[in-house]
Parts: sequence; structure tokens; C-alpha cells
Amino acid sequence: MNTLIWQLFITFLKIGTFTFGGGLVMLPVIRVEAVTLKGWMTDSEIVDCFAIAQSLPGVLAVNASIYIGNKVKGIFGALAAALGVTLPAFISIILVLIFLKNYSGNVYVQGAFEGIKAATVGLILVTAYSMGKVILKGWLANLIAAVSLIFIVVLQVSAVWAIVFGGLSGLTSYLIVRRADHA
Amino acid sequence: MLNAMGTLFFVFSRIGLFSFGGGYVMLPLIYQAIQEFGIMSATEFSNLVALSQITPGPIAVNAATYVGFMYAGIPGAAAATIGVTLPSLVLVLTVSHYLNKFKESRGLNAVLDGIRPATVGLLVSAVIFLSETSIFKQGIFGSGFFQNPAVYLNLIPIGIFIMTMILFGRFKLSPIALTIAAGLFGAFVIR
Repeated sequence: MNTLIWQLFITFLKIGTFTFGGGLVMLPVIRVEAVTLKGWMTDSEIVDCFAIAQSLPGVLAVNASIYIGNKVKGIFGALAAALGVTLPAFISIILVLIFLKNYSGNVYVQGAFEGIKAATVGLILVTAYSMGKVILKGWLANLIAAVSLIFIVVLQVSAVWAIVFGGLSGLTSYLIVRRADHA
Repeated sequence: MLNAMGTLFFVFSRIGLFSFGGGYVMLPLIYQAIQEFGIMSATEFSNLVALSQITPGPIAVNAATYVGFMYAGIPGAAAATIGVTLPSLVLVLTVSHYLNKFKESRGLNAVLDGIRPATVGLLVSAVIFLSETSIFKQGIFGSGFFQNPAVYLNLIPIGIFIMTMILFGRFKLSPIALTIAAGLFGAFVIR
């Protein structure tokens, strides 16, 4: 039993160490490890796992690791997998921050930061565009996205309210459609 | 110290509970939280995002560790990271127990369908927040811009921004390779 928990920890530690740039990059790697190499889940189980990891709030890779860990070895498996997937991010940020303390005034370091920031803005804008192309179909979806943006940027209320507004709009439209169908 | 750790835990568990759709979507929530609690400046926030890009692991965990460490050292980093992951633990374990009910619940799926377009709005606001301390200078969205727009533009970063969009969006180059290239270019060219 201990060995299985250890394997979960090590496997997710590896996934957390060698994937850069967030959840969507990690999912294919998780799939190869959990289905192909370790045989912890079947193909259809991993589809469920990813669907749930993506629909629930929280960090995508952490959600997936908890789901798989729990499936393999209950709550302790879930904890081992979650610890494994977060530890590399945790340690590497602390090491870099300690290192940067001495170099924060360095012109090369500052220049590198400026370059990365500019690239990141571009990457997020492209991501927003390609997500928008898939998600923003119909007037309601466009309205929700616009209201969300106005809430956060113009009115400067918490982004939590944008999420709540989206959820309530989705529910309301479903209830209206269902009522119309019954009538 | 305990007080700081409590704040970090509370702030990041709220972020973990309300962030749908992955790393970048969390950025406005994190930005607003650090403003609300005065944890760091807008410039430090954009440094955080830059650093999260080039360190391994999920962006939100990187960000939680960064904010927690800057605010209250290693205990703070731990409090923030545990905070951001705890809602996941509770929700995923609960949902996997009631998997079929969850999949078949139309009301719940309608809620999630409504949240999805809202996350696009969050992504665009992340771009606006970050642009102010990277490709533009702070204050660009104020009235001063109309009097003298050129003062607010960072020309080399704007060039990197446009190149990245073309190479990523059009030519599908790897985001991590583009990030590293932009970092190297910036290190030697931006002064």
C-alpha cells in the first residue's frame, strides 16, 4: 500500500517538474503517465477525470491529480498526488526568489523580465481569442463575457461577481428554456 | 505571523474556489486580492506572472507561492499554496463520489455553461491589467494618454508582444520556447 502512494507521489512530482506553463500543457502528460505507463485508469475514466478537473474550480493539474490519486488509493493517494504535483512549483519559486534578491537590480535580469512580460501578454491574448472563438456562441455567451469584462475593468468589482453572474445567467436561461418546453 | 498566514490562507482559498478554466483565468482574481490586501504593487504582480511562466508547475501554484513568500516568508508560501488547493481537494473528492449525479445534473451543467463565457472576460481583463506594467506604462488608461500618447508606450516590449502573437497564434510555436526567446532578447536589448 505504501509503495502505491509513493508511486503516485513520484509520478506527479515528475509531471510537476517537467511541465511549464500550466494546466492545458500538463493534461496530455498526465494521460500518458496514468493510462499508458501506469495503467491506473482506462481511457474512458481519464476522459471523466479531465472533464471534472476542467469543470470544477481550482488548479487544473491539481484537480486531475486529486481525482487520479483518490481513484488509485483513496484520500491518502489524493494527498500524495496533489503534494507531488505542487511541490516543484513551490520549491522552484522560493529558490528563484531567494536567488533574485541579490540580482533584482541587474540590467540583464530586468531586461529579461520585461521581455517575458511582453510575450506573456501576447500569449494570454491569443489564448483569450482562441477560447472566445469556441465559447462565445450566441448572444447570451457574448453578453456574459462583456458584462464580466465591464464588472472587472470598468466597475472594478471582484472577479468573483463576474463568475457568479455567469453561473446565474446560465441557470436562468436553462430554467426559462425548460419552462417553455413544458408549456 | 499567524495573522498574515490566516489572511493568505483565506485569500487564496477564495481564489481556488472561484477560479474556473485554468491558470491565466486566475490572474485577475489574484491581482484584485493583492490590491485589496496591499500585498504587492502592480509591477511586482507582473513580475510574478513572468516568473510563473518560466518555472515548472501550474501557474496558480507558482503565484500562490510567490505572493505568500513575499508577504510572510516560507510559512506564508505554504499557507497560500494550501489555501489555493484545499477547495480542489474537497470538491474533487465530493464530485468523484457522486460522479453520475454530477454528469447528469442539467442545472449544474447550465451553471457551468454560463461560467465559461465569463472566464473569457476574465482573460481579457488579465491582458488589460498586465499590459499596463509591461507593453504600456502605468496610467495609460487615464486621461493623460490623450494629451501625450507616446509617453505611455514601451516600444521594444510592444514589438515582442506583436511578434509573440504572430508566432504563437499564426505559426503555433511552443509558448515556452517563445517565452524563453523573449527573455533572452529582453536581457540584451531592453535597457
